[in-house]
Amino acid sequence: MKIMPYDEKDRKLLKFMQGDIPLQSRPYQAIALELGWNESEVAARIRELKEQGVIRRVGAILRHQKAGFGVNAMTAWRVDTNQADTVGDILAGFERVSHCYLRQVPPEFAYNLFAMVHAHDEDELMRLIGEMANAAGIDDYSVFRSIKEYKKVSMEYF
Amino acid sequence: MSYELTPLDRRILNVLQADFLISEQPYLAIAERLGIEESELLERIGIMQEAGIIRRIGAILESRAMGYYSTLCACRVEPERSDEVAAIINGQAGVTHNYLRDGEYNLWFTMTGESENKVQAIIAELEREIGMLILAMPADRVYKIRVALDMGENNAI
Repeated sequence: MKIMPYDEKDRKLLKFMQGDIPLQSRPYQAIALELGWNESEVAARIRELKEQGVIRRVGAILRHQKAGFGVNAMTAWRVDTNQADTVGDILAGFERVSHCYLRQVPPEFAYNLFAMVHAHDEDELMRLIGEMANAAGIDDYSVFRSIKEYKKVSMEYF
Repeated sequence: MSYELTPLDRRILNVLQADFLISEQPYLAIAERLGIEESELLERIGIMQEAGIIRRIGAILESRAMGYYSTLCACRVEPERSDEVAAIINGQAGVTHNYLRDGEYNLWFTMTGESENKVQAIIAELEREIGMLILAMPADRVYKIRVALDMGENNAI
C-alpha cells in the first residue's frame, strides 16, 4: 500500500477527523475556518483522502454490546496457506463476521485464519460457529469468547 | 445501562454508519433521506451518544496507508493476574483493543505503531514488564473489515 505524504493541513484535518466530529448542522465549519478553506473544500479533501485509502470510513462507530450484540468471540481456524483465500472468503461472507484475516503465527499457535463473530446470545454464537465450520469444511478451530473488555479505543495518529 | 432502540434509531444507525457525512450539511441530507427533521435527527443521535451506543462519529484511518504497522498479540495469563497485566499493557498508547477471552491464550490485544521495529521493541519491553511471552500475529491478508453493523428494521441504506 502506498504511503501518502501529508502536509500540515492534511495532518490538521486527519487529527480533526480521528476525533469526534461535532454534532451540529455544519460540522466542518470550525475546521474549515482553521484550515482557511470553505466547507465544500474540506468535504472534497476528505473524499480524496478516502479514495486514496487513508480514510477507511467516515461515520458512526457503535459499541457492539450496547447495540444488542452482547456476545462475541474470536474464532481461529487452521488452514493450509493455499486454501486460505477460499476459506477466508467463505468466513468473510457471513454477515455476523466483522473481521477476517489470515495471520502470520508463531509455531506455538496452531491457528492462522481469524474471524470475529458477533451474536445476540451464546446459543446464536454457537449456531453461527457451527454453520461457519460446515461452510468452510474445517473442524480444527478454536473459539476465544470475550470475557472482559479492558480497552477499546480508536488509534490516535496525531 | 440499557437503552431500547426505536425503529427510527435503527434506521438512523444504519445510515450513520455509511459514508453520508462527507458534505457541508450532512445531517440535513440524512434527515431528508429518512423523512424526518434535521433537529429530530440531531436529538436522536445525541441521545444514542449519551447512552453509549454510538462510541464516536468520525473517521477510521487506515493504519497501513498512514505508514503504520499493527499486529494482534496474545499471551497466557493466570486469571488472578489478568487485571494487573492488562493495565500494564493498556499503558501503551499503541494498544487500541484489549480483551480477556477464554481459551489457552486468554489476553488478546492489538498494537499499532510507527514501524515494525518500534512495535517489536514495545512488545519486548512489555514481555519484560509482565514476565511472560507475547505472541505477535500480524495480518498477512485481509478478507474482511466490516464497515457497518446491520441494525435491522427497514434497512435504509
